[in-house]
Amino acid sequence: MIVLPLSHILIFSLVLFAIGVYGALVRRNIIGILISIELMLNAANINLIAFSKYTSLSPETGQIFALFVIAIAATAAAVGLAIVLALYRVRKTVQADEVNLLKW
Amino acid sequence: MPILEIAAKFGTYAVMAVILIFALGVVTFRNLFHCALCLAAALIGTAVIYVVLQAEYLAAIQILLYVGAVVTLIIFAIMLTEHLAGKTARQNNSQSLLAIVGLLGFVTLLATLILKTPWPVTPTALQAKNSVMGLGKALMGTYVFPFEVISIILIAALIGTVVIAKKDAPEEPL
Amino acid sequence: MTSDQIILVPLLPFLAFAANILAGRWLKNRAAWLSVATSSVACVIALPICWAVFQGAHFAHQGTWLMLGTVPLKFGYLMDPLSATLLFMVTIVGTLIQIYAAGYMHGDPRYSRFFAYVSLFMSAMLTLVVSDNYLLFFMAWEIMGLCSYLLIGFYFEKDSAANASLKAFLTTRIGDVGFLLGFLTLFAALGTLNFSEMNTLMAGAHGSHATLNTGLLTLAALLIFCGTIGKSAQFPLHVWLPDAMEGPTPVSALIHAATMVAAGVFLVARSFTLFMAVPNILPIVTAIGTITAFMAAFIALTQNDIKRILAYSTISQLGYMVTAMGLSGLGAGTFHLITHAFFKALLFLGAGSVIHGTHVQDIREMGGLFKKMPHTAVTFIIASLALSGVPPLSGFWSKDEILLSAFGAGNFLVFGILLLTALMTAFYMFRLIFLTFFGAARNAKVHAHESPALMTGPLWCLAVGSIVIGIPGSPFMHHWFQKFIAHMVHYPEYEPSGLVMACSIAVAILGITLAGVMYLKQKHWAAAVAKNFPLFYRLSFNKFYFDEFYAAYVVKPFNALGHVLFGFDETVIDGAVNGTGRNTLFLSEIKNWIDQYIVDGAVNFMGTAVYFLNSFVKRIQTGFVQNYLLIVFLVLVAFLILELKLA
Repeated sequence: MIVLPLSHILIFSLVLFAIGVYGALVRRNIIGILISIELMLNAANINLIAFSKYTSLSPETGQIFALFVIAIAATAAAVGLAIVLALYRVRKTVQADEVNLLKW
Repeated sequence: MPILEIAAKFGTYAVMAVILIFALGVVTFRNLFHCALCLAAALIGTAVIYVVLQAEYLAAIQILLYVGAVVTLIIFAIMLTEHLAGKTARQNNSQSLLAIVGLLGFVTLLATLILKTPWPVTPTALQAKNSVMGLGKALMGTYVFPFEVISIILIAALIGTVVIAKKDAPEEPL
Repeated sequence: MTSDQIILVPLLPFLAFAANILAGRWLKNRAAWLSVATSSVACVIALPICWAVFQGAHFAHQGTWLMLGTVPLKFGYLMDPLSATLLFMVTIVGTLIQIYAAGYMHGDPRYSRFFAYVSLFMSAMLTLVVSDNYLLFFMAWEIMGLCSYLLIGFYFEKDSAANASLKAFLTTRIGDVGFLLGFLTLFAALGTLNFSEMNTLMAGAHGSHATLNTGLLTLAALLIFCGTIGKSAQFPLHVWLPDAMEGPTPVSALIHAATMVAAGVFLVARSFTLFMAVPNILPIVTAIGTITAFMAAFIALTQNDIKRILAYSTISQLGYMVTAMGLSGLGAGTFHLITHAFFKALLFLGAGSVIHGTHVQDIREMGGLFKKMPHTAVTFIIASLALSGVPPLSGFWSKDEILLSAFGAGNFLVFGILLLTALMTAFYMFRLIFLTFFGAARNAKVHAHESPALMTGPLWCLAVGSIVIGIPGSPFMHHWFQKFIAHMVHYPEYEPSGLVMACSIAVAILGITLAGVMYLKQKHWAAAVAKNFPLFYRLSFNKFYFDEFYAAYVVKPFNALGHVLFGFDETVIDGAVNGTGRNTLFLSEIKNWIDQYIVDGAVNFMGTAVYFLNSFVKRIQTGFVQNYLLIVFLVLVAFLILELKLA
């Protein structure tokens, strides 16, 4: 197998995560935010698998949690997109900064 | 065969770089549809990383579930809403500068932390062979309870999605 | 053999009740079969247990219900000779009557409702029979009263039915209150409501009277007997039973002839040790029973409604049973209860069949039905022979036992009255038969037809029962039944007397012959008798003016009292209430002022102050989700920096 230093993989996933956070913070389109969140989840998954490969005696553990994360990500995407559709139907917009009724 | 190994190593770094580029594409492209395609590419790249980390099953699931299902879903959602959000519209809000500053701090901080930490990487763990069978056994044995919880969450999400997305009779603008 | 399945016996009809009342709309005609099926299964479960008891077994089981202070209140079932006998009778007769009802009620719009009520009644009756204490007994007793009310008023569109159900309910309520007070008094005196424990205490009391409070016990026995007077329609509370005939005929057969009204006699039988232990109560029981038996038979002589005749006959026969109890004839009374249940149920079902076939109830409009309704007629005659006391049918043996009790006790006055009653019984029954089934048809509009097999089948079953059910108490089986009941408690037994039997047979035959002569041969005699003895005729025809008496001396005073109380309400109580209202209004005006200017002022000031302050803070709430997210993220980073620098 290819032996990379663990820290490289972690830094890679950190950067990926940071990019995701950036997207989630600045995209106006709610679907864009959702996509960015998928990126963040993906970075977390890479971390889980890397740790389980490098430091754990039972490499299944990390993989199983990665599996769970994938499942949760799928539900998050489905529910989130359903909310987006419902919102779109009512407000005719998918821009996050146009949905600001919940304020003073 | 050190040459092959080195090539593979750099190939991996190259994949990582490509993933990061695509990820940047995801958060910067104006056209959401392009964003979704970039996401798909980034996810496929991640699957390659999984293979490198000897998680072949996860790689397969990644491609099937993420690229196959989630990205498709997102593309559907984009197509259902896109025609209103014009392509010329501003895609980023006003807080991107603040976000970049915060993120740079965040990344620097954590990167130094990662490089400083003596990770307990054990050779035995590196040598441990993991199989799909072991995965299945762990899923149905040790982790059967979380597994069931996940199934309940999936059902709840399924029902919730249907309820939310369903068109209810008279629509009242808020 | 275990006997806990006895619990199912009341439970099954209750399930049928629940199903019919909840799902009757869907069950429709299947409602009847549900009721019949549960009743039959209850019968199948009950009979082996009864049989075991007949063989000498004895079952009882009880659990704690609740604690009254330190005294546990227990409930459970008790299967002794008495309850086994009743269980045997109730399950069989009840099932047969329900089969009959399935045919009789056919096409009724409230078909499933009817069977729901009947099943509830069966459930209550069976609970009553197997219960082992007064409280459970009383609860079942009250549910029966409720069912009786519901079923008498089943055709509540008719005013007469609605009034009759109300009358029955209120009249029996008088007795029921007595019963309730009675067993509470008993509880105060003995500390138990359990039949077996009471029997044991009473058996011990024979030795030493000093240990028990005789005064309290006498009061208890008297009050419990009130329950019997109400439920078994004894003088002076008998007035509700004839009116109860407004209900559907199967109900009259089941509730107002065979089972519920017999429950009053059963109550006396259950409390028999108590009645034996306290002095001076049995003569009262005897007197009430004898008066009822004679009076009701006398009234029955002149009635014209087929069901009313039978109703008065029922009252009369219940009087017989109560008399037997009063003469310490527990075996005789119970025996008559069982035989009477069979032939009186048969008589009512026969009457129902006649009404079903002719659509009239007045016997003067019938006549000559024998040829048109042979099954009904033959079974009806069998039952009438049994009721009149013609050997070897069942009624003869049980009636003979009661007469023997009177004769053996040396109470010749009661014996004479009972003989006279037997004569009248034979007479009015055969008056009814000759007017209904023989002679010429008197109303051309009546087109009689025989009832369907669903109705005649139970008739024949009951007819066979009416013939053979007397055998266990007859000399052929050496009075086995009386000895069997006597297992429970000792009471005087008398040698069979040929003289009594001869008298009994003689009055029966005399009565039948007299009826035959008066209503078949010399038809003018009846009118002549009525003309020559106008006082007796009017007394009988107007039912001794009981209803008028009650209307004038009970209902009217109560109405007057009601008016007086109403006036009191209007002037005094309403005046007080209105005065209070006015005062309150005045006070509340003062309070209103305080509220508006002081309390509200304080509250409004607080609100204004808070509003003013928050107008600065609220600017943070922008409403942009991503704003919040950024703040969260930056704070997180700040915390991270802080943590790492400190570490």
